[in-house]
Amino acid sequence: MAKRIDVKDLDIYYGDFKAVEGVTLTVEPRSVTAFIGPSGCGKSTVLRTLNRMHEVIPGGRVDGTVTLDDQDLYAASMDPVAVRRTVGMVFQRPNPFPTMSIRDNVAAGLKLNGIKNKKTLDEVVERSLQGANLWNEVKDRLDKPGAGLSGGQQQRLCIARAIAVDPQVLLMDEPCSALDPISTLAIEDLINDLKSQYTVVIVTHNMQQAARVSDQTAFFNLKATGEPGRLVEVADTQKIFSNPSEKATEDYISGRFG
Amino acid sequence: MPTITGRSAVDELPSADGRPPLEADTATTGRLGDRIFGGLAMGSGILVITLVALVGLFLVAQAVPSLLNNNANFLTSREWVPSGADPRFGIVDLLWATIITSILAMLIAVPLGVAVALFITQYAPQWLSKPAATLVDLLAAVPSIVYGFWGLKIAGDYFKPVAEATSSVLGWIPFFRWDGTPSAKSTLAFAGIILAVMILPIVTAISREVFAQVPITHKEGALALGATKWEMIRVAVLPFGKPGIISAAMLGLGRALGETLAVTLLLSALNTSDAFSFSVFGGGETFASRIANDAGEFDSAQKTGAYIAAGLVLFILTFIVNAAARVVIERRKAFSE
Amino acid sequence: MSTLSTADEAVATRTVASDAFGRKSGARAVKDQLARALMWGAFLVALIPLVWILGATIVKGGHMLVDADWWGKSQAGITARREGGGAVHAIQGTLIQAGVTALISVPIGVLTAVYLVEYGRGRLAKAVSFMVDILTGIPSIVAALFIYALWVTTLGFQRVGFAVCLALTMLMIPTVVRSTEEMLKLVPNELREAAYALGVPKWKTIMKVVIPTSFSGIITGVLLGLARVMGETAPLIILGPYTAVIATNLFGGLMPTLPTMIYQNYSEANQPAIDRTWGAALTLILIIFLLNLLGRFAGRFSKVKS
Repeated sequence: MAKRIDVKDLDIYYGDFKAVEGVTLTVEPRSVTAFIGPSGCGKSTVLRTLNRMHEVIPGGRVDGTVTLDDQDLYAASMDPVAVRRTVGMVFQRPNPFPTMSIRDNVAAGLKLNGIKNKKTLDEVVERSLQGANLWNEVKDRLDKPGAGLSGGQQQRLCIARAIAVDPQVLLMDEPCSALDPISTLAIEDLINDLKSQYTVVIVTHNMQQAARVSDQTAFFNLKATGEPGRLVEVADTQKIFSNPSEKATEDYISGRFG
Repeated sequence: MPTITGRSAVDELPSADGRPPLEADTATTGRLGDRIFGGLAMGSGILVITLVALVGLFLVAQAVPSLLNNNANFLTSREWVPSGADPRFGIVDLLWATIITSILAMLIAVPLGVAVALFITQYAPQWLSKPAATLVDLLAAVPSIVYGFWGLKIAGDYFKPVAEATSSVLGWIPFFRWDGTPSAKSTLAFAGIILAVMILPIVTAISREVFAQVPITHKEGALALGATKWEMIRVAVLPFGKPGIISAAMLGLGRALGETLAVTLLLSALNTSDAFSFSVFGGGETFASRIANDAGEFDSAQKTGAYIAAGLVLFILTFIVNAAARVVIERRKAFSE
Repeated sequence: MSTLSTADEAVATRTVASDAFGRKSGARAVKDQLARALMWGAFLVALIPLVWILGATIVKGGHMLVDADWWGKSQAGITARREGGGAVHAIQGTLIQAGVTALISVPIGVLTAVYLVEYGRGRLAKAVSFMVDILTGIPSIVAALFIYALWVTTLGFQRVGFAVCLALTMLMIPTVVRSTEEMLKLVPNELREAAYALGVPKWKTIMKVVIPTSFSGIITGVLLGLARVMGETAPLIILGPYTAVIATNLFGGLMPTLPTMIYQNYSEANQPAIDRTWGAALTLILIIFLLNLLGRFAGRFSKVKS
C-alpha cells in the first residue's frame, strides 16, 4: 500500500556543514516524483533522508520533519531500521550481494530479517522478480550468482530485492546512470508499472527521463558555490517543463547551465 | 493490510504514539543485536589494549625487584650472575651481540631484498613475476629453528673459508679479527647472515609493494626522455620507493632483533672472563638466545626477574625500531594522499 | 606490473632502434645490462637458501617420513642411539596447540578488525590500532616471557600446553587483525548500504553481508597467521618443554611438539637422533608450507578485488 510523504522545513547536515536547506514538498501516493538539478545540489542527499540512509554517513543529521502518512520518520521512538524496511531504495550502481544467488539476493531482505519459511520465500522471489520484469530472464538460473547478470538485469534484480520486503515507498538514486539505453528503457517501463502499487521518488540527471517517467518534478539548485542546496521549485512535470515559475528552472531545463 | 507478500513491513513499525508493534519486533531485536555485537567488537579492541598494557606492566613489575637487588650496573656490566647472595648482571654483551647481528643482517638483506623486489616488479617476465614473489615469501615460512639447525649442520661449514679469507685480508681491523675460535658457524657474522636470509622476505615484500605503486606516468616520463630501463629505475622507481625501503629496513631490523631460535642454536656463549671482543668473528649471545638458552633455569623470582629485565630491554628496543618504521610509513602516506 | 615491464622494454627497444634520436652511448647500455644481470643474480641468490634448506631436509629427513611408524608411533622408550619410533606425539601436539590458538585468536582478531573498520572512530580506535602495531612487532620470546610472568610466576600454574597457546595467541592476533582489516576495507560500501536500505540491522549486515563477502580473504589471513605461529619455537622452550610420549592434555603435564622435538635432539651426536631431527624439521616445513599454499589458494576465491 503506497503512502504519502510530507517533507517540511528540512535542513540536512554533514557534521557542521549544512548541505541542504529548507526543503518542503509533498509526494502523493502512487505517483512518480523526479528530483532534478545540477551535480552537488543535494538532490541525492534529500532522497537519502526519506529513508534515514543519510545517518549511515558519520556526522549525518537533519532538522525538520519527514512524515509518512502521519508517522514522523524522525520521531525519537522511530527505529531507523524499521523506516528502511518501509521505504525501499535502489542505488546508482547495481549492487547485488556477490556472495548470494539470484534467489537469495531477492530474498535477502526477508531472510536477513528472520523469515525462513521456504514456501513464503519462493512465492516472494517469484512475485518480486515478476514485479521487476526479470522473472522470464532468470527463472531457470535462480541459483546462479547475481553478479553474473548484465548491468541492466542486475539493476532490475536490485529493484526486485527492494520490492521483496514490500515497502510503501521506493526511492531510486539515478538508477539508470550506469546502464545502456536499452536497459534504461526497461527500467523506465518498470517505473511506470511500479507506480500502480508504490510511491516512487527518483533522482535523475537526465531531464528527458524525468519528463518521461514522472508525474511531479522537483528542481534543486545551489544558491552559490559553498552555499547549501535548496529546492527551487516543485510542480507537475508538465508545468515544470513547459512553463516553470522560476527563471533558474527555465535556464536549467533549456540547457543554459548545469 | 493487503500486500503482495501478505506481510507488510509497516506492521512492524511502532504506532504513531511510539507504542511498540504487536508482532515479533525484529527491529528492536536488531537493536539489541547491534548493542551486543558492537559491544563485542569494542570489547575485543579494548582487550588488545589491555593485553599490551599488561605485557608492559608485568615485565616491569617483575624486572624491578631483581634490578633493585642487582649489585652490578645493569646497563654497563658484562657479568651475568642473576641469582644468589650477590646477584650481578648487566647487558652489555647481550646488547652488542644483538645489535651487531641485526645490523649485519640488515646490511645484507636490504640491498638484496631491494634488488629482488626490483627483479619481481620490473625485470621478471610476466609468467615468473608471481611465482618468484611466492618463492621468496616461502622463505618466511621456514621455521626459525630449522634455519638454525641447517646453519649448524650444513651451511656453517661453507662459511669457514669465507671467514678465513676475510680475516686474513682485513684481520688488522679489530672488527674482522679472528683466531679460529669460536668456530666459524658460531660467530656473530654467521648468525647475521642467517638472520639476513630470515628477514629477506619481509624486506622484499614491503619494497615490492611500494615499487608496484610507482605511478606509471613517472616511469613513462623517464622512458619518454630516452632513459634506459636502469636509468628509469634510478630516476623514477627508487626515489618514489625510498621511504618504503627505509621502513622495510627498519621492520626487518625489528624482526632480526627479536629472532630467537636460529641464533640460539648457532651462537656460542662467551666467558665473562674473556676480554671483550669487537670482532664480528667473536661469539656471544643475544637477548633472545640468552633467555631461550637458560629457560630451564627460571627457578627463583630473583633469577627470573633478571631475564625478564633483559626481555624488557629487547621489547623497548624493538618497539623503538618498529615505531621509527611506522613514522616513515605514515610520512609517506601523508605525501601520497 | 609485469605487463608494464614488457611495455617498458618495448619502449626502450624502440628508443634504441630509431637512429634519428641517436644511439645509446656504450657506457649507458653496459650499465643497463649490468643492472639487469644484477637483478637476476639477486633473485637467484635469494633462491639458494630456500632450495638448499628444502633439498637438505628432504635428503636427510625424507626417508624418515616414508616409514609408516613415523606417522603412527611416538618416541616412548626410544633412546638417541636407537632407531625407530615416530613423530605422531609431536605432530599431534603441534596441531592441537595450533588449533586452540586459532580458536582463541580468530574471534578476537576478527572482532577487533570489525571494530576498527565498521565501528571505530576517534581516540579509542586509534589506540587499538596503535596497540595492534605494537603486538605485531613483539618478539616471540618477549610474548613467552610475559605469559611466563603471568601464568607461572603470578598465577602459580605449571608450564602446560595451554600457556603455549596463550603466547602463540598474542603473536597470531595482530596478523589476523591486520589481514581481516584489509579485507573488510575492500568490501564496497555500496553493499553495506544495500543491506541497510533493506532494513537490515548493522550487526546482521556485518555478519551476513560484509564478512561473507570477504570470507576467503579472511581465511587466507588466518591460515598464513597460523602457518607463522606453528613454526614459533621460543614460546615452546619457555612454556612447553618436550616429552617423548603422546600427551594431549593442554592443562596438565608436558606436551611434545615438532619444534621442541627438534630442539631436544639438535645437539645429539648419534645418527638415529640426527635423522629424527631432520625428519621432524621436514614434517614441520611440510605442514607449514601446506597451510601457506592453502591460504594462498583460498585467496583466489575472493569476491572482492584489491
